[in-house]
Amino acid sequence: MAAVAATVAGLLTLTACGGGDGGAAQGTRGGGGEKKVEVFSWWTGPGEADGLKAMREIFQKNNAGLEFFDAAVAGGSGDKARALLATKLQAGDPPDTFQGHAGAELQGYIKAGQLEPVNFLYDELKLKEVFPQQLIDQISVQGDIYSVPVNIHRSNVMWFNPGVLKEAGVAEVPKTIPEFVTALDKVKKAGKVPLAIGSEWTMVHLLESVLLGSLDTDAYNALWTANADWSGPAVTKALNDFKTVLSYAGDPADDWQPAAKQVADGQAAFTIMGDWAYGYFHNPPDGGLGKKSKTDFDWAPSPGTAGTFMWLSDSFTLPKGAPNRDGAVAWLKVAASKEGQDAFNPKKGSIPARKDADTSLYTDYLADALKDWGSNKLAGSIQHGVVVNDAWRTAINEAVGLFHEDKDVAALQSSLAEAAKNSGQ
Amino acid sequence: MTRVRRWLPGLLLVMPSLVAVGVFVYGMLGWNFRLAMTDRHDEVSEGSFVGLDNFFSLWSQKPWVISVHHAIVFTAVFVLGALALGWLLAFLMEKGIRGEGTFRAVYLFPMAVSFVATGVVWRWLMNSARDERAVGLNRLFDGLGLDALQWGWFRDQDWGMAAMAIPAIWQISGYVMALFLAGFRGVPEELREAARVDGCAEWQVYRHVVLPLLRPVTLSALIILGHISLKVFDLIVAVSGKQIVTYVPAISMWVAVFDSHDPAKGAAIASYIVLAVSIFVVPYLVWSLRREKRS
Repeated sequence: MAAVAATVAGLLTLTACGGGDGGAAQGTRGGGGEKKVEVFSWWTGPGEADGLKAMREIFQKNNAGLEFFDAAVAGGSGDKARALLATKLQAGDPPDTFQGHAGAELQGYIKAGQLEPVNFLYDELKLKEVFPQQLIDQISVQGDIYSVPVNIHRSNVMWFNPGVLKEAGVAEVPKTIPEFVTALDKVKKAGKVPLAIGSEWTMVHLLESVLLGSLDTDAYNALWTANADWSGPAVTKALNDFKTVLSYAGDPADDWQPAAKQVADGQAAFTIMGDWAYGYFHNPPDGGLGKKSKTDFDWAPSPGTAGTFMWLSDSFTLPKGAPNRDGAVAWLKVAASKEGQDAFNPKKGSIPARKDADTSLYTDYLADALKDWGSNKLAGSIQHGVVVNDAWRTAINEAVGLFHEDKDVAALQSSLAEAAKNSGQ
Repeated sequence: MTRVRRWLPGLLLVMPSLVAVGVFVYGMLGWNFRLAMTDRHDEVSEGSFVGLDNFFSLWSQKPWVISVHHAIVFTAVFVLGALALGWLLAFLMEKGIRGEGTFRAVYLFPMAVSFVATGVVWRWLMNSARDERAVGLNRLFDGLGLDALQWGWFRDQDWGMAAMAIPAIWQISGYVMALFLAGFRGVPEELREAARVDGCAEWQVYRHVVLPLLRPVTLSALIILGHISLKVFDLIVAVSGKQIVTYVPAISMWVAVFDSHDPAKGAAIASYIVLAVSIFVVPYLVWSLRREKRS
């Protein structure tokens, strides 16, 4: 129901975005009095909105002269928020700071000259010492960093129902893709849905996990560099694996939640989804399904990807021409701080990007994730904007959508190669 | 002087709307066509003139071809379905049933709902899960023992768009009914009487007298339905979001502009939508203009 509400709200915003609705959001300019800081995000759902509120309280406490203005736009993954943001930026009316997925997704803004590098903050706050080096490398664009990551989510997580696996005679959690296929087959013979999937973007999410699992981490990371080999046999094999895995998928559900619910309810055995699914499985009803971890549902790195953390991250930026730049910098400092991240993340159900987090705040799945974040190799997510820019991601989404209809691996591979060539990245 | 006095006040009266329409409709259309003929494939570059390249290159892109195919299927099913159902309802109503006002209100009511709300409800009704996981219509079929009728609805690769037309038909057919009912009522009773006196059976009265007189109404209904259908966006976004399986031109345009960040491609798609709609609207305008002159 939340997704429905989000869609409706999003459409409503869309119709409103042409007008001058930015005007109301701007703070009082000039000297004296409280100055508003407009923070633009898509955190309106349960958990994430609470996290934002916790960070906001810290911000207000540290900055007595500033007033936080919440310019959040509903809609998961920020589709609608970003459409509205694009019109505001083009009109030369940026918010003071806005949320964006860290990584290549920000490239459009960077190319358009809409973002200011925040290297000075990294130096001032010594952030390079507290964020993992691989993270810094993967979000730098020609030596410059344009955003401050607040949280980290993991994309390559396989969620499963231990009861269904036991019933189907799958004794061990599959660790490689061939093992995974065997397990899927056993579940199918037992008469359950082997793999639950949702709408088309969840198939792209599945693809990134299968690519990472079938290639190795270095080969996967190389796909996003100049010497990528999209047409080679390794990618062909990975895409064939994807085809095999996808052939065990049930009817597509409306979105990832109904797919995850099939696993929780014991109708399906596996689903591959980012770790935001944990909150959905675990939280008490209304926000979640209230299931018990390890007995009703369980998790493991998606097959073939143990030892690699496929990450995505929400981050905040510093737009050029921000009406209240000092206020925005003050917000970024809260977002980067240990205090801010430890306030936000336990509520949102993600882990901090910083390595020095207070581990006692993160329990159950999050404790696992935090441990892996500190020790694993890192790879960036496709669907969630780390390794590809918007245009490239859209092309991949369309290619996977077509593949779901025609199941033609050669066509998929050539359109992926084409997409990489045309990405302008 | 007197001639000026005759036309000037009228012109002044319509001037504001002429200017508004000129700038916001035709000016924007012109701007869009110009953008469509440039190579402005990201938001940063200025873009130079490339003629009709964007219009041609679209056809080599499979998602676009699929979206056109979907639009055709949707339009055919929606227009024919709504016309047929609307006509049938009006025909039944025309026979002067008891409580006509109530029925009319009931059938017209869906018009008061927005496509988004319709879409949200029908997304659930047309859920593709089957058997023990079924909800919505599939659940109904399952419960009635009509298991064979369960299908993927809008997720069906071949006929998904036909399923997508069902909510649209549900919503609009009441309106078409109202149009036809007015048409039926506009047929003078004397003409029917005359036909009956000449020995027509009741079906012949309809075939030779009433239906020909309904032609203008049918045409108006066709135009209205046709242009709704070619521009359809909100219903599909609410039911399925932007997925290849339900791509239509308006969704492709949205994806091109906001996801691919390719303004020129988006503008080219927008131009195609305008052209497609004008294929319906322009002949109608010409036809009604001629008719006005004649009368």
